Amino acid sequence: MPINYYIFLAVALFSIGVIGVLTRRNAIIVFMCIELMLNAVNLLLVAFSKMHYANAVTFNPGTTTGAEAQLFVFFIMVVAAAEVSVGLAIIVMMYRNIHSVDINFLNRLKH
Amino acid sequence: MSITEVLFWFLTALALLSALMVVFSRNPVHSVLWLIAVFFAISGHYIILNAQFLAIVNLIVYAGAIMVLFLFVIMLMNLNAEAEPQKNRWLWWAGTIAGGSLMLVIIAALKDTETKTQMAFVKGGDIGLIQNLGMVLFKDYVLPFEISSVLFLSAMVGAVVIGKKD
Repeated sequence: MPINYYIFLAVALFSIGVIGVLTRRNAIIVFMCIELMLNAVNLLLVAFSKMHYANAVTFNPGTTTGAEAQLFVFFIMVVAAAEVSVGLAIIVMMYRNIHSVDINFLNRLKH
Repeated sequence: MSITEVLFWFLTALALLSALMVVFSRNPVHSVLWLIAVFFAISGHYIILNAQFLAIVNLIVYAGAIMVLFLFVIMLMNLNAEAEPQKNRWLWWAGTIAGGSLMLVIIAALKDTETKTQMAFVKGGDIGLIQNLGMVLFKDYVLPFEISSVLFLSAMVGAVVIGKKD
């Protein structure tokens, strides 16, 4: 598969995530769109990993070029899991305080 | 078209359609279910690229654990389409145009780069197998691996501290 297809797919998914963050006002949906953007980047990292592997394997059949990118994706997943637990705790606390998940109510820094 | 290309385009269409439904469906529970569909499509892409470990971890961690956590929180708050905050029409257009412009700019910038002739290795290559990844992880990246356990501990303590009453 040409790497361009993967680049365009990842850009489209990332942009859809950006649109969701900008347009939706439900805090949980905004959070889910951030997960969508993380996954678009993960997909692009794996595609680039296999691209560099394809370039290296013609000279050295036993190469492990590109394994670092997949480990990077693994660490992104680790950080995302930690982020989700803390973020959802914050959203639950916000719901308990203002009885809504509308992010427009969170403008107290403004006044 | 070979079967790999058919699968690629099917998974691409599924991912994009489900991602759009995540953003545009009014019921938050439906958004979560569409996001699970996106994760399944991305896992299918990982399998086409022969990144088997990441495909399974993506299903277990994202579709299995994180999305269930989202569903629990949504059902705990009893959110549905009626409780959804009313959105501003102008804000919707502004956000859509901004996101679309971002996509246009990035695609226009990357359209004619030197990666145009590069190919991603599909249906083969064994760097994505758990044997190779485990060797690299526990030889070269063992320190970040251990530090991530500290990160998990602090996230767990933080979630408990934030989430408990007063």
